[in-house]
Amino acid sequence: MSLHDKSLTQLRDGIQQGDFSSREVTEHFLARIKKHDAQLNSFISVTEERALQQADAADQARQKNQGGVLNGVPIAHKDIFCTRGIRTSCASRMLDNFISPYDATVVDKLGNAGIVTLGKTNMDEFAMGSSNETSFYGPVKNPWDLERVPGGSSGGSAAAVAARLAPAATGTDTGGSIRQPAALCGITGLKPTYGTVSRWGMIAFASSLDQAGPMARSAEDCALLLQNMVGHDEKDSTCLNRAVDNYLSDLDNDINGLTIGLPEEFFPADLNGNIADVTRKAIAELEKQGAKVVSISLPSVKLSVPTYYVIAPAEASSNLSRFDGVRYGYRCEDPSDLMDLYKRSRSEGFGDEVKRRILVGTYALSHGYYDAYYLKAQKVRRLIRDDFARAFEKVDVIAGPTSPELAFGLGAKKDDPITMYMADVFTIAVNLAGLPALSMPGGFIDGLPVGVQLIGNYFREGQILNAAHRFQLATDWHTQAPTFAGDI
Amino acid sequence: MAINQDTILRVAHLARLQVSEQDCEETTSRLNDILSMVDQLQQADVGDIAPMAHPLDVHQPLRQDIITETDIRAEVMPIAPAQEDNCYLVPRVIE
Repeated sequence: MSLHDKSLTQLRDGIQQGDFSSREVTEHFLARIKKHDAQLNSFISVTEERALQQADAADQARQKNQGGVLNGVPIAHKDIFCTRGIRTSCASRMLDNFISPYDATVVDKLGNAGIVTLGKTNMDEFAMGSSNETSFYGPVKNPWDLERVPGGSSGGSAAAVAARLAPAATGTDTGGSIRQPAALCGITGLKPTYGTVSRWGMIAFASSLDQAGPMARSAEDCALLLQNMVGHDEKDSTCLNRAVDNYLSDLDNDINGLTIGLPEEFFPADLNGNIADVTRKAIAELEKQGAKVVSISLPSVKLSVPTYYVIAPAEASSNLSRFDGVRYGYRCEDPSDLMDLYKRSRSEGFGDEVKRRILVGTYALSHGYYDAYYLKAQKVRRLIRDDFARAFEKVDVIAGPTSPELAFGLGAKKDDPITMYMADVFTIAVNLAGLPALSMPGGFIDGLPVGVQLIGNYFREGQILNAAHRFQLATDWHTQAPTFAGDI
Repeated sequence: MAINQDTILRVAHLARLQVSEQDCEETTSRLNDILSMVDQLQQADVGDIAPMAHPLDVHQPLRQDIITETDIRAEVMPIAPAQEDNCYLVPRVIE
């Protein structure tokens, strides 16, 4: 088995046991990136020199019986996480020249666990998009079909993991940005409960929705990575101070008696019938293992897309006001006065979709419209959360498709924001409620992967990872690899 | 609630963005598409539901009022687009 076919867990074990060194593994993945990423564009920066230094340090630590639980294992970080001394662009011209002076808490924690950073992955600009086409550095291609999008916004992380250019990667999810690209690229990705992972050093999009999580090939690998990302951080006041759960210890649990709710709203009449079939078949596999399936209803979820497109742009318009061309980031040439400096730096530095969302958010928060848009959206947000709360009185897990469609063609929706926004119709409600959810590969249609979404109650990451792991023990969808590249 | 080009220009100014005359019509039409989708919210019966600003019912923790920040001037000044004598440079504001 080639090194790139090994799971994150197997690589961790192999390095620990001395079957291979961190340097060998790191060089192998760097070589794959060099050879194949020109086709995919999944990386914005490859940090070869630093990766090899980290790998050598990990190998030395092992010889001294030191090193963290992920000692020497290479992964990639979404380019939304600040990395000290390395460009952190958020896929925007605004931050094209931004060398971060500090590490995000997630980067720091994984670094302490011994992780080697291969590089920074491509994404939609400021995480605003569902196709990875809004990146200043160009679109990412889906490794299953280079003419199609990988999903977004964590499209580079998803494509890199699917193409075996990295065994795992970090992602962030504001409205589906981990789960939807995981679904479209055939990998496993988890968005934790809001407040589980520190947002410090993660460039903010919508602060009441943003959450970082792991993207890997299996639920087991996601659990291993998540375990090393979570925990209280006094630098993020929304990061909860509670005991850290053990996501690995429950993975193998029997799922006999687990109650799975299927919301009728996640299987609308106009849903692609093949996607509905694949999803139902995956749930039937869990039923075979003893899970009980019941129908439920989440009536307010149908308003989650309009609710999100008020709240997220409103928060974004506030968060992105920090980019002023003064302290860091892009500044326009020869500003005539301060207003000109602000306006031109921002207009030239931000891409179209980002500017669109800033305008929508500014409008929704402006005098005379606040009640009609922002306040109303916040009230509907509570209705959506209450729907989930009622459902979780009856069921343990909620399941459905992750995305209403397969990976679509590059450019197919570029000029139609509303259709693009609908790509997240099944994922957005989870962010509004703050719940944990994952996407796992459930099958294929015409050679393209289909993702199945499992939503858990607050802090029940362990339960959905357990169900996904049991599913993956009985199926091999998650082990399928795209053939675009061949071996090296 | 459709908006016109004047509103777009006013909102753009509030957001410190420039919308050129040639882009204004298209921007207005795109934003109206988004706002008409968002108008579905008006059908929701929210009664006296309390607005939800945050996903979890938690209180913001307060820290002790002591200085914890270290001097990071040497790290943050070099990434500024224009600086002199440890100050950020901007076009003249006061004549």
